[in-house]
Amino acid sequence: MATKASRSAARLMISPAVILLLGWMLIPLGMTLYFSFLRYNLIIPGNHPFVGWENYHWFVTDPSFNAAMINTLLLVGGVLLITVLGGIGFALLLDQPMWGQGVIRIMVIAPFFVMPTVSALVWKNMFMNPVNGFFGHIAHGLGLPPIDFFSQIPLLSIVLIVSWQWLPFATLILFTALQSLDQEQLEAAEMDGARFGSRFAFIVLPHLARAITVVILIQTIFLLSIFAEILVTTNGGPGTATTNLTYLIYVSSLLQYDVGMGSAGGVIAIILANIVAIFLMRMIGKNLDA
Amino acid sequence: MGQIELKQVSKSFGTVEVIRPLDLSIEEGEFVVFVGPSGCGKSTLLRLIAGLEDVTSGAVLIDGEDATGTAPAKRGLAMVFQSYALYPHMSVRKNIAFPLRMAKLDKNEQDRRVEEAARVLNLGDYLDRRPGQLSGGQRQRVAIGRAIVREPAAFLFDEPLSNLDAALRVGMRLEISELHKRLRTTMIYVTHDQVEAMTMADKIVVLQAGVIEQVGSPLELYQRPRNLFVAGFIGSPRMNLIEGPEAAKYDAHTIGIRPEHIEISESQGSWKGTVGLSEHLGADTFFHVQCAVSPTPITVRAPGEMILKYGAEVHLTPRTQYLHRFDSEGLRKNEPS
Repeated sequence: MATKASRSAARLMISPAVILLLGWMLIPLGMTLYFSFLRYNLIIPGNHPFVGWENYHWFVTDPSFNAAMINTLLLVGGVLLITVLGGIGFALLLDQPMWGQGVIRIMVIAPFFVMPTVSALVWKNMFMNPVNGFFGHIAHGLGLPPIDFFSQIPLLSIVLIVSWQWLPFATLILFTALQSLDQEQLEAAEMDGARFGSRFAFIVLPHLARAITVVILIQTIFLLSIFAEILVTTNGGPGTATTNLTYLIYVSSLLQYDVGMGSAGGVIAIILANIVAIFLMRMIGKNLDA
Repeated sequence: MGQIELKQVSKSFGTVEVIRPLDLSIEEGEFVVFVGPSGCGKSTLLRLIAGLEDVTSGAVLIDGEDATGTAPAKRGLAMVFQSYALYPHMSVRKNIAFPLRMAKLDKNEQDRRVEEAARVLNLGDYLDRRPGQLSGGQRQRVAIGRAIVREPAAFLFDEPLSNLDAALRVGMRLEISELHKRLRTTMIYVTHDQVEAMTMADKIVVLQAGVIEQVGSPLELYQRPRNLFVAGFIGSPRMNLIEGPEAAKYDAHTIGIRPEHIEISESQGSWKGTVGLSEHLGADTFFHVQCAVSPTPITVRAPGEMILKYGAEVHLTPRTQYLHRFDSEGLRKNEPS
């Protein structure tokens, strides 16, 4: 694309795609913004008057909003913690030479291919059910009272399910990063007298910093919008114990038929996601340069 | 400190024997070069000494003590890798200080030694840069600096100059030799470049297919190669090797004569031939002369001002006192008396 003519031709050629993408993004965004300022409830017929910030006011002062914010943070933070630490551990293990390497690597990736609804249901009915579940059986075998996961530790249970789904992703990214580490660096460190712990802390971990950043950024974006796992297991309960922001928006707009309120929640979620993104980019984005 | 001995050391990867059992002793303060073609096992041998690979059989003795099972860090050796293996996320200062930090040395002592190494290697201005911001030669120096600060019993160099361009290589070659003269520490240096071997070594170890072909000083190897392989490997351009009836005249299976030991004349001589390609290097000119005595052209070194046309008829006369004779096994035969 060297000449002026070819450059403008190129712009012309890609414009349909760009316009389509822009429209795809801007129209729903614009409609959400518009609805968020209307009193618009599907079970109240009549016209939809403009009410200014009223929807936002009610959404934010709703007691479940605070719970939802805290739950969202705990959910994202907990899953990140488990997947990053577990991912580093798995990556280190997979990096060791062993028999059946290829098959094991594929098996480790497998949970990522299971649909969220399916995996949450499997966990709910086959593992965490206090009567029929696997963990219940173990507890029974040990003579302990079985844990009723979704009523006793509902949020932690969801964190565990989501971590199980995202651990392969973190493992995959960190494992590929680990494989790109120059072996001579490790040997040099070994000659320099670094033991395994020091080699990990001074050579491997800095090498992985970039990959860890990528894992945290990508996962945060997806984890902020966790929904299916909550819907099929706890329905946000007990009470609001597992309601996150996404689920709260779902409750407002589809269970209470309050389109205006749901839209206001959506706009708040967009703003929050962007704040988190900027914050993350500032904090750890510098690892991505160089 | 710095005396290394290998006793019947061998190394196999699976069923492939990379190093066949060999003995070698390296004296204190020597500059020893392992040289050989690619895949001859020279790097493996170095890694066996370093402890980065376990020997399959035999023993490695450092300063008379058995170090066969000793961890690399405890052997008191420092290694400079082909890729330099600098730690990319650390500054030059931290790279050089890393072994000291691992040894939990006093911070002031660390600084003192790093400054000292930087002074020796002219790295003073670069201490706060990252390896990525340095040129190849500077990275090389940082890698050497990281080795120096440990004050090791011996330095191990694994083809350290192969990533540098030709001009820089000559410079670094001199710097490493200079460093050796100053530190008087044992150095083991692996290369496939026989020029590096000839110019730097006190002692050259020629390896081929996991076997030591010859050990000796550069001139020893040059003047009295023990077999055909060494004769062909050491010296540039290669020694001319002639088989057949001409060799039989000297009671040998193969005779070898170096390009500088052949007289070239347009009028008279023992071997008649025609000039093929000529390479003018300025000081010298190498003529490739096609002769009846040898199927391959014979290389002759002549003074730089000599000019012969392609296809010109010339006569070659080997100086018989420099003739090397080899038997049918390829081993050197004693000088004709």
